[in-house]
Amino acid sequence: MNLRRDVFQAIADPTRRAILLLVASQTMTAGAIAANFDTARPTVSKHLQILTECKLLEQEQNGREIYYHINAKEMKEVGDFIEPFRQMWDDRFNKLESIMKNYKST
Amino acid sequence: MELKTKVIAEDGKQDLVITREFDLPVELLFRAHADPGIIEQWMSNPYATAKVMKFEGKKHGSYQFESTDAEGKVVFRSNGVIHEFDLNKKIIRTFELENAHFGVQLEVYEFEPLTGNTSKLNMHVIYESVALRDQLLKLPFAQGLNIAHNRLQEILNTLK
Repeated sequence: MNLRRDVFQAIADPTRRAILLLVASQTMTAGAIAANFDTARPTVSKHLQILTECKLLEQEQNGREIYYHINAKEMKEVGDFIEPFRQMWDDRFNKLESIMKNYKST
Repeated sequence: MELKTKVIAEDGKQDLVITREFDLPVELLFRAHADPGIIEQWMSNPYATAKVMKFEGKKHGSYQFESTDAEGKVVFRSNGVIHEFDLNKKIIRTFELENAHFGVQLEVYEFEPLTGNTSKLNMHVIYESVALRDQLLKLPFAQGLNIAHNRLQEILNTLK
């Protein structure tokens, strides 16, 4: 099954945000990006695939290497939207809910 | 994955509504907003520790929160006064981010029981102006990137 990717799902992940920050300043290969993380290379590749599917990153073939660069237009749309605000509250409330479940039995 | 939290922010308005259903009895949902030790837990994240400096859960009471980073540096302070504190039902309070020029917002929290074990929070937030509301809505994204940036720095430091 091929799930439709959502840009807000893409930026909800801290590793993917870090990748966006990294690529924001320069065009980079997958290997160069992966070298910045402790995470296994296939995991970074998966993140790159998601970011590309959401059009936050664009791929460019140059010889044998694939270079990644940021899609500024798409990033701006993300920044303009209220979704990150909703994500922030959702994270908070998820935490509230899991904390309060510990008080249920008492 | 669908987020359980809904945010309604209509264009050109100076308020917004946040709703969320919880897998908790209404008493526990209310307690999470009224017990300083518990507020500190859910307002904290891996990058900022929330501390309740003052909390008077009663009409005419006031509160002050402080958030510090891993090095103990104060990231921000917020405060407000409590206008209504109706056990397990409702809290009305003001909220102000100190030294941030975002003005003061009015927050109405309604705690609604759904079943014996589930409840719903309805939050109505009113800002001083449309422009201030929109500015504050954009803030978490900037913060998120900032947090990601700090994390990135940590990673880079370990590779040195």
